[in-house]
This record gives sequence, C-alpha cells and structure tokens, in this order.
Amino acid sequence: MPLIELTGIERVFTLGDSEVHALHALDLTLEAGEYVAIMGPSGSGKSTLLNLIGLLDRPNAGTYRFEERDVTTLSADEQARVRRERIGFVFQSFHLVPRLTAAENITLPLMLAGIEPAERVQRVKQALADFGLADRADHRPDQLSGGQRQRVAIARATIMRPAMILADEPTGNLDRATGEEVMRLLEVLNASGVTLVVVTHDAALGARARRQISMEDGGKVADIQGAGPRASQALANGSG
Amino acid sequence: MTPTDTLRFAIRAATGYPLRTFLMVLAMSIGVAAVVVLTALGDGARRYVVDEFSSLGSNLVIVLPGRSETGGFNPVNAITGTPRDLTVEDAQAITRAPAVLRTAPITIGTSEATYGGKLRDVTILGATSDYLKIRQMNLAQGRFFSDEESSGTTAVAVIGTKIQSELFGVDSAIGRVLRVGDRRFRIIGILAQSGQGLGMNADEVVILPVAAAQAMFNTNTLFRILVEARSRAAIERARTQTLEILKARHDGEEDVTVITQDAVLATFDRILGTLTYGVAGIAAISLAVAGILVMNVMLVAVAQRTGEIGLLKALGAPGATIRNAFLAEAALLSATGAFLGYALGQAGAFALRTALPALPAYPPDWAVVAALATALITGLLFGVLPARQAARLDPVQALSKR
Ligand SMILES: Nc1ncnc2c1ncn2[C@@H]1O[C@H](COP(=O)(O)OP(=O)(O)O)[C@@H](O)[C@H]1O
Ligand SMILES: [Mg+2]
Repeated sequence: MPLIELTGIERVFTLGDSEVHALHALDLTLEAGEYVAIMGPSGSGKSTLLNLIGLLDRPNAGTYRFEERDVTTLSADEQARVRRERIGFVFQSFHLVPRLTAAENITLPLMLAGIEPAERVQRVKQALADFGLADRADHRPDQLSGGQRQRVAIARATIMRPAMILADEPTGNLDRATGEEVMRLLEVLNASGVTLVVVTHDAALGARARRQISMEDGGKVADIQGAGPRASQALANGSG
Repeated sequence: MTPTDTLRFAIRAATGYPLRTFLMVLAMSIGVAAVVVLTALGDGARRYVVDEFSSLGSNLVIVLPGRSETGGFNPVNAITGTPRDLTVEDAQAITRAPAVLRTAPITIGTSEATYGGKLRDVTILGATSDYLKIRQMNLAQGRFFSDEESSGTTAVAVIGTKIQSELFGVDSAIGRVLRVGDRRFRIIGILAQSGQGLGMNADEVVILPVAAAQAMFNTNTLFRILVEARSRAAIERARTQTLEILKARHDGEEDVTVITQDAVLATFDRILGTLTYGVAGIAAISLAVAGILVMNVMLVAVAQRTGEIGLLKALGAPGATIRNAFLAEAALLSATGAFLGYALGQAGAFALRTALPALPAYPPDWAVVAALATALITGLLFGVLPARQAARLDPVQALSKR
C-alpha cells in the first residue's frame, strides 16, 4: 500500500508577469517505510515538492493521496491535523523557538495535540534521553551547538511518532561530522519503520538513501532504487 | 491546545520579550491610573462641595436679598449683592408660615476680639436662639442664647473652639468677658468643633445676638434668613410661602431670592458631576491610545515571530490556535496593565487624600469598573487584528522568514 501517491502535479508561482513552473507533470509514489533522497540543483523544485508532500502547500493541479486518502481537497484545519499526527518536519535552519528551552521546544507538538501534561513530561524526558540531550533539557537554543539544535528539532519531529519525516537540507547548516551524525539519527528512525524523505544537493549524502530521485526544472529526471543504506554508506566511505 | 496551555504559551511569549511587555503594560497602566486618579479628583471635589452644603442643616430654605434673574440658583448671587433689605421682622413673619418650623436670621461681619492682651481677627455672626438647631450644631460647653437674649441686645456671646483655644488656652472661656471691637460680651457657650460651613470656619466664629451684631455694624439688614421646613416634603411649600410673605411685606415686589438646599446641591452636583465625566473622558482617550499601542506592538510581534508562526503551522497548529495564542498574549498584557494601573491609581488617590485631607478623593466605582473594562476590551479588540493576521499567514512563506 503506497503511503504517498502524487499524480500530474503542477505547481506554478506567479512573479509579476512571469510564471515559474516549480513543479511540472510530476508523478511520484512512495511506499511506507521507504528512505528516499531527493536531489538536484538549486531551484529544481525539491523544496516545493517537499512542502506539497508535507501539506504545507497545495498543487495548482494534480492529485495527492496520502495514506490512500485524497488530501488536496481537505480544509486547512484538516490538513493541520494530518501534519500534527502523521508528519514530522526537520528544517535546514532548525526552526527552534528561541525563548523556549530544548524540553519546551520538544513539547510543542504534544501541547498542540492536547496531550496530558503528565504524559508529555514522560515522553519528552524519554526523547531527550534517546537523542543524548538529557543534560541540555533546560538550555535555550542559543546555548546549544548546531548539532544539538538539530537533535532537538529531530526529537520534536518524532515526538508524535509520525508516519513520515520530511527533512529539507537537514545538514545544510552543519559541518560534515555533525551532518553525518544527524543523518545516522534519521536513518535509525527509518530503520524503526518511519518513512524518511531527505532533500539534499549533496550527492554523497543522497547516496546513503535506498532510493534516489533526481530533479531538474520541476520534473523527475531519474528515480533509482539503490542498494540500501549500508551499501551506500560503504560507497560514501570509499569515495571519501 | 488547551486554554491552560494557550495561556502558558502566552506568558512565555510575554516574558520572552521583557522590554516590549514592559512598555505595553506601562502604557495601559498609565491610561487606567489616569482614569482612576482624575475621577477621584473630580468626584472628590463634588463630594467636598456637597458635604459642605449638606452640613448647613437639613430641610433648609435660604433667603437672600436681591432677585436672581434666572429664578434658579446663581452662585454669584449667593455670595454678593444686597439690593433690598431683609430684616429680623421679615424672619419673624416667615416663622408664622404653616410649612415653616423655625427661622434663623443671620448677619455677618468681621471684627477684632481681644482677651487678656491677646488680639485676633474674628468672623462675627449675628444669630438667634434657633440658629444652632437649624444648623444642627452642638455646643461643647455652656449654653446658647435664650429667646430673650436673642431678641434683645444683651451682651452675650458664643465662641468657636479655635477662639477658645487661642485666646483662653486651657482655661474655660465660660463667664469671661470678651472684648469685640469696642464692646464687651460675656461668653456663655463654646461651640463643638465642626469645621467649614456656609463659607466660613465655624471654629473661628464669634456668635452674638443678631440685634447686638447689627448694632455693632450699624445696620438693620440681614445677610441671610435660614428657614427650616417642617419636613422634607414641606420644603417646596415653605419656599412658596416664604416668597409670598416677603412679597407682601415688600410692597408686592419680589425682591428676594429663595433657594432650597436641594436646588443648590443639585446644581453643584450636576456641575461637578459633569466635570468628572469630562475628566474621565479625557483619561479614556489615553486608554484608547494605549489600545492602539497594543495593536501596533502586537503587529510588530507577529512580524518578528513569523518564523515561529510558520513552525507552529508545520507542527499542525490550526489557525484558531495561533489566533488564540496571540489574543491571549494581548489580553494578558492589557489585564496586567489594567490591574497595575488600578493599583497605581488607588495609590495616587491615596496620595491626593494625604496631601489634601479635606478632599474626599475616592474614585467612583463606575469609573474604576469602566477603566478596567475599557482597558481589557481595547486590549482584546486591538489584539484581534494582529492575531488574525498571524493565523492567516501562509506556512511556507512564514517558514522562509528568518
Ligand atoms: N513562493 C515562491 N514564489 C515564487 N517563486 C517561487 C516560490 N517558491 C519557489 N519558487 C521558485 O520555484 C522554483 C523551485 O524552487 P524550490 O522548490 O525552492 O527549489 P529548490 O528547493 O530545489 O532549490 C525556483 O525557481 C524558485 O525560484
Ligand atoms: Mg530548497
């Protein structure tokens, strides 16, 4: 059963008189539990695609079925509910709320979902421990390193146990070693069954995914079912 | 998101930007404090005047010489002008009117009083035996004039407490002879302390029988005739009867003004009440200004926190949740400002009362309620626009703002 089915997707932005076809005639099917890297040059439509998959944006044409349900026709609030319960986001710039501590940032999705305070504390504590942040619970983002910030963001993205994690250039603001560490965390999550979609323009990082989708000018130019993370990791190590 | 969480989130947001929060709370509290202090001042002035006139006595009708043009009460007439004489005989005639219980003719002047080498300027009040009852005043010692004493020129006097203490010290003045101008009067009574009334301080007065006072000032006219009606219901009848009697006695000419205490009170009450409303209105403008400030500050907050709003949307917050969070923040800041302003205003009113003990500067309840309600409502109203703007932001664009 496909988790995601995109058919005939068009996304057009109007800038003054000119129209930009950010996505054009795009078809894409993702199975639950997949690990997909979306690659391509800057401006090829990777982020636009990820925003559509994450229900942050709507296509101008085409249909989007998420978990076998047409979600393009859902109201804004219904889409918000799907995001809340089924989708986790990881951003290049972390997007932590600066005045809130690590623990409070991780609590946000639980709070929005109306989960009991007692259960929240329990789950956040567990998440902090899982991501090696136990001693950083009360630190604000400006007191954390880049790697720690992204770990907080990943903890926040997974605290609702979503079906899918969407990461847009998650290592873009990190050095190579920290980036690898963050990718490993995401891959562990994928190994536990969460569908993982990572946008990157870094070929080495993209090669770690089991499936690589290459984009150019708003369309898919290649869709390769690779050898899987272990093999691609060996490949990356060999080349590096 | 539960209401508790919304509130907690709003509190964290408010404390997360202390300067902005401080300025907004300050603006709101100044507005509320202004309403509280200014209405306390206005209402204090009103109460001061009303108390002053109430202390004249009850069921009172006041006769003054000269005709008031408007027929109503004119404060200028109450203080100046004596075109046609009022006499003690007029007062006696009024006493016979059925609606009238008693009358007190009075004449006023100033002179010097001396005792034991000490000299003092005093207000001389010529009065009759019923004066004390009409004014509802009490004696601290001794007695007041008898009917015979007040109708003649017997050289007796009743003095205020301040005269007693300043000229006689701790010794009782009763039975002593006080020299007023070039005449001598035996003191038979001392007034109980009472303070201000009828435009003079009763503690600094020397009361003489009206005929004696008239003789001293070489006149046979009166300053006022105080008339006490038999009851509250009889006040209006007492007024008409007084007017008729005086008209008859003054060759059919209506050359006096008869005012009732109620009319005086109502006039002052109205003037000063209007003043209080006006002052409250001016102060309310500062509240409206505070409301607009709240709106602008919240709009800036929405702009500053666009990225955060985008994130909340990505995390699945519906528009209503985001709107409520910003509304709660505006309400929280306004409420804090309002209650702080209320406390400040009460402190200001207290300071006023301490500085001017005669002024009962308490803010009226309606002003306090109105100020708090206006602050909260403006805060919320002006918070709606920014909150709705936040809720409507496009998530992708909001997320791309840094
Ligand atoms: N909000 C927008 N308004 C106008 N053009 C946009 C907008 N978002 C993206 N685009 C355009 O769409 C194309 C694809 O953008 P994007 O998906 O961000 O590319 P990528 O993430 O692959 O770098 C680009 O040409 C970009 O300029
Ligand atoms: Mg991009």
